[in-house]
Amino acid sequence: MDEPTTQAPVIEPGHTFATVTDKISSIVLTRPTSNGWLLGFGLAFLISMGLLYAVGYLFLRGVGIWGVNIPVGWGFAIVNFVWWIGIGHAGTLISAILLLLRQSWRNSINRFAEAMTLFAVACAGMFPILHLGRPWLAYWLFPYPNTMRVWPQFRSPLVWDVFAVSTYATISLLFWFVGLIPDLATLRDRSENRATQMIYGMLAMGWRGSARHWARYETAYLLLAGLATPLVLSVHTVVSFDFAIGIVPGWHTTIFPPYFVAGAIYSGFAMVLMLAIPIRKFYGLEDFITDRHLNNSAKVMLATGLIVAYGYAIEAFMGWYSGNRYDSFLLWNRLHGPYSFFYYLLLTCNLAIPQVLWIRKLRSSPLWLFIISGVILVGMWLERFIIVVVSLHRDFLTSSWGMYYPTRWDWMTYIGTIGFFLACMFLFLRLLPMISIFEMRTLLPEAEVKPE
Amino acid sequence: MKRTAIYGMMAEFDTPGDLVTAARRTYEAGYQKIDAYTPFPIEELSEAIGFHRNSVPLVVLIGGILGGCSGFALQYWIHVINYPVNVGGRPLNSWPAFIVVTFEMTILFAGIFAVLGMLALNGLPMPYHPVFNVPRFAFASKDRFFLTIFSSDPKYDGIDTRRFLESLGARSIAEVPS
Repeated sequence: MDEPTTQAPVIEPGHTFATVTDKISSIVLTRPTSNGWLLGFGLAFLISMGLLYAVGYLFLRGVGIWGVNIPVGWGFAIVNFVWWIGIGHAGTLISAILLLLRQSWRNSINRFAEAMTLFAVACAGMFPILHLGRPWLAYWLFPYPNTMRVWPQFRSPLVWDVFAVSTYATISLLFWFVGLIPDLATLRDRSENRATQMIYGMLAMGWRGSARHWARYETAYLLLAGLATPLVLSVHTVVSFDFAIGIVPGWHTTIFPPYFVAGAIYSGFAMVLMLAIPIRKFYGLEDFITDRHLNNSAKVMLATGLIVAYGYAIEAFMGWYSGNRYDSFLLWNRLHGPYSFFYYLLLTCNLAIPQVLWIRKLRSSPLWLFIISGVILVGMWLERFIIVVVSLHRDFLTSSWGMYYPTRWDWMTYIGTIGFFLACMFLFLRLLPMISIFEMRTLLPEAEVKPE
Repeated sequence: MKRTAIYGMMAEFDTPGDLVTAARRTYEAGYQKIDAYTPFPIEELSEAIGFHRNSVPLVVLIGGILGGCSGFALQYWIHVINYPVNVGGRPLNSWPAFIVVTFEMTILFAGIFAVLGMLALNGLPMPYHPVFNVPRFAFASKDRFFLTIFSSDPKYDGIDTRRFLESLGARSIAEVPS
């Protein structure tokens, strides 16, 4: 774990327990609400009102207002669902998998990455429900004793997905909240105003940092990380089963689970960087979120990007090698069909442009990383668009061929969820410590207990 | 626990190393009912105060087994007993298709048991606790390290215990009113 000295440190030198505590808790407790925050939150809130409007109209008129029809029945709803849930995966990867791998640099980014996971899963969860057509009957997805005397079909990947996503949301919430408890106690003890003392005090549940409590806490936290690790890998695997269990050309492949998981982490780290870079700038947190974090995240993107590239290569190879006329037609259709422009754009965004991350100088340049992360997010969205739309729009029978065009309601719902996500992020930054204070303390040299 | 007006005696230390040494010596001096309070987890400390029985892993194991069994049992009961649907003559107990939900339920129950079990074993939520009566204790969540000897300890004595804590090099010592 001890890195060579050429690397940037995880925390800038000179910090103590007190300075780390004060710096992070002051953002929540004492700093006045800045105009920038108000503007950002206001804008994001306004956009999420657009979501409310689009959803309200959807409930009034039904899914006919969207561009979905036969043969493309899935459209934007499923594209956005997969995109959002993929983004969430980076948060769990950072908080659970890197914890188990003892990558202590993750301590400064895990809290807001977990918050990102929660909000991304909330956005993702909306889409399948809105797509149901009769969203008020969404509870039929769960097995409960009912007067109709029917039960969900547990052999269907769509029911697996309900369990995978709801378990993922629950465990992510628990993991995030458990991580917050000691920091909420810090906020309770630091705040000078009765109302905030009460609120943070209630949430901290009387945490007093007892050695016995810490021992159980650490065990529970590690076990949760151990449980979340297979969970996060299973969630996108199950999402890919939604496709791979079907017989549609381009979906029915065994490469899907690993390729989906890699793509999820790829887009998730892009979102982490797109959030971390402005946050550390506006809140002056360069001491805690250092160039080391940016560099490491860029390396993860590079690695997962190459796994995704391997997935594309295998898809194309199998299209040719299988000798299946539908599979080879799909490959031809991607390269020359009506949506070929988007396929080339996808290859540019996901394969070509991210290769510049091999250059060390770009990996430590916040501006370039921000831009490249944006490109990757667009690329990963296009990937899901290609998978859903290009496979569906040319059905097995030529008489059933069609085209898919998103409507303004599709766009409004999609952009609305981005607003909702950002509004939640803004609230989180203002109300809760965005960096785990107690885990930052353990990184300081003075935290070491020297043997007697 | 004896009902007394004094809950214990609290000593404050500057560094985690001082606290661990002090805790070890207190335990070795024969004090049994002690606790230490720190702003972050210190691995050596729970050993030093003589805390060995951590039953969180057992609780999580029970949760996981319960979740997995009930997840599979739910699907088996639905598809084999209560609502059998014949799909092309395939077996009703199509267990490979039940693996995903069984797995998810295992994780869900184990995770919930881990969190609720940890909180329950720690006795949280606890709205009131005597240690918070010491004003300096607010720093236990920032940068100070505390050791408390409870008055319920048979060896506890207002004067001797204070003298003992002073000998450990505590920065400040305070009685904790209950």
